[in-house]
Amino acid sequence: MSAEVIASSKRRGRRLSEAERAEIEHEMTLYPDKQAVGLEALKIVQKHQGWVSDESLLGIAKFLDMPVADLEGVATFFNLVYRQPVGRNVILFCNSVSCWIMDSDKMRAHINDRLGVDFGGTTADNEFTFIPVPCLGDCDNAPVMMVGDNLHRRLNAEEIDKLIEQYRQQQGNN
Amino acid sequence: MVNNPLTRNIDMSRGPLDLGGFEAADGYASLHRIVAGLSPADVLGQVKDSGLKGRGGAGFPTGLKWSFVPQGENSPKQKYLVVNADEMEPGTFKDRLLMEGDPHLLIEGMIIAAYAIQATVAYIFLRGEYVGSEKALKKAINEAREKGYLGKNIQGTGFDLEIILHTSAGRYICGEETALLNALEGKRANPRAKPPFPQVSGLWGKPTIVNNVETLCNLPGILRYGIDWYHGLTLGKDHGTKLFGVSGRVNNPGCWELPLGTPIREILEDKAGGMRAGYALKGFLPGGGSTDFMLPEHLDLKFDYEEVGKAGSRLATGTMIVLDDKTCPVGMIGNLMTFFSHESCGFCTPCRDGLPWVDAIFKELESGRGQHKDLEILHEHVDYMGPGRTFCALAPGATAPLGSGLKYFAEDFEQHVSSRDCPYRH
Repeated sequence: MSAEVIASSKRRGRRLSEAERAEIEHEMTLYPDKQAVGLEALKIVQKHQGWVSDESLLGIAKFLDMPVADLEGVATFFNLVYRQPVGRNVILFCNSVSCWIMDSDKMRAHINDRLGVDFGGTTADNEFTFIPVPCLGDCDNAPVMMVGDNLHRRLNAEEIDKLIEQYRQQQGNN
Repeated sequence: MVNNPLTRNIDMSRGPLDLGGFEAADGYASLHRIVAGLSPADVLGQVKDSGLKGRGGAGFPTGLKWSFVPQGENSPKQKYLVVNADEMEPGTFKDRLLMEGDPHLLIEGMIIAAYAIQATVAYIFLRGEYVGSEKALKKAINEAREKGYLGKNIQGTGFDLEIILHTSAGRYICGEETALLNALEGKRANPRAKPPFPQVSGLWGKPTIVNNVETLCNLPGILRYGIDWYHGLTLGKDHGTKLFGVSGRVNNPGCWELPLGTPIREILEDKAGGMRAGYALKGFLPGGGSTDFMLPEHLDLKFDYEEVGKAGSRLATGTMIVLDDKTCPVGMIGNLMTFFSHESCGFCTPCRDGLPWVDAIFKELESGRGQHKDLEILHEHVDYMGPGRTFCALAPGATAPLGSGLKYFAEDFEQHVSSRDCPYRH
């Protein structure tokens, strides 16, 4: 969204839900000013909505009484804040050096082959978004990836097939 | 006598000790010494005398750093302690072990540091992906608060301390201490100009100490068992123990607490079990992605700040990344350049424009389209992005594996150009 669109779209802001507001207000008690909770607020909204839409961004900026451009600056800086819709499961795939030495490129190709999407892509059925992440700090178990809160270690092709199937099946349980 | 003060309570098969278990293992002993009358100046003096150096990468003496915080009546009343738990250096997996394995040790270390510098609020800046650490720390902080080890007037000492856990959302640059402070203030994580240094003007302009997780975890032992004990732990000139890690094609990759000054060969061969069958050691980065390569000829050096420094590299995080003879060094360095290029905050030109250029050249080399003049450009960038040329240490960090790799693996680079192919086919 361009700066121009943001500036002209103040009325498009979404009113944050009660739950979102309550969680953001709790964070405000931990910092001396409102701007400091910008990232927390983005993360809270993302937890509830799955991603941060323009409407959410505008709503948060209004709630925190801060310029939309400043908040967008933060939102676009941090790679774990999603400014586009993501699939039900986000695969954070480590593409750093220790995993690379342990053949993570082959695992990436395998996931690409199984899901039909490469880094940055979301499957047509909206089940998976596949994105790279810097070193996950689990290098003695390389190659590794995270799906949601779960860390998956010592990946191989069979393990990946199993995991993809497992995450697909969890549909409806969430 | 205790010889593994950082990891003695860690047993990943059972989860971390709770507060009761931690206290039964001498935990929070330093807090009782503070209650018994140990002054902030005493604590500072002991930490200075211990010779503890920061374990986050730079190796700056911890006590000296603390001593820069203005004290006394005319100093700002609000001071902050910030824990750098944004472990994101490629190939580094040590702070995760401490936080998931023994969170109370970090909290005790934080109480000691905060008391020494008289900070009443402490933030833990934790990387967002470390959900296991988040869970363990939350529980431990709550236990400590309930027990009265955190909060107002801790154990009747008149000292207040609140610990706030901040979970971040990515970006390697947040590990740079001034970028981290900007992130904590809710801003984009661009580094700040220094001076002023954070010790004088840091978080919200107040005196602030930023310490790494492992650094803080050294403090309880120093206060509990004393300086002589701490000095007795080492096998070299630098004091204490250190978490050392090995990743790559070794038989037993892992992370171990060993005396500083342990010979590199012992770590690689005894602890990590040596190279896997069919692979030979070609080189290694001693302390994460921003350190210079070392070679098999360096294996008999002691692993500490001084000896690694003499070999032209840095101990940094102490977690080695091993390059084997069947993995392409050009590909490995290229992977690091892609990482640094992505993680540049974009603030200063040498880093923002230099790293993507370097990264693009590596992609050309790997795909057989590299030319000799490309190698010259790479050599030039070691200087253009080196120390003193940039706003922070990110790009100079990238030049460490780049410059040393160009030197040590010159033949491999030449071969990529002359044969128009990658001879390794990783």
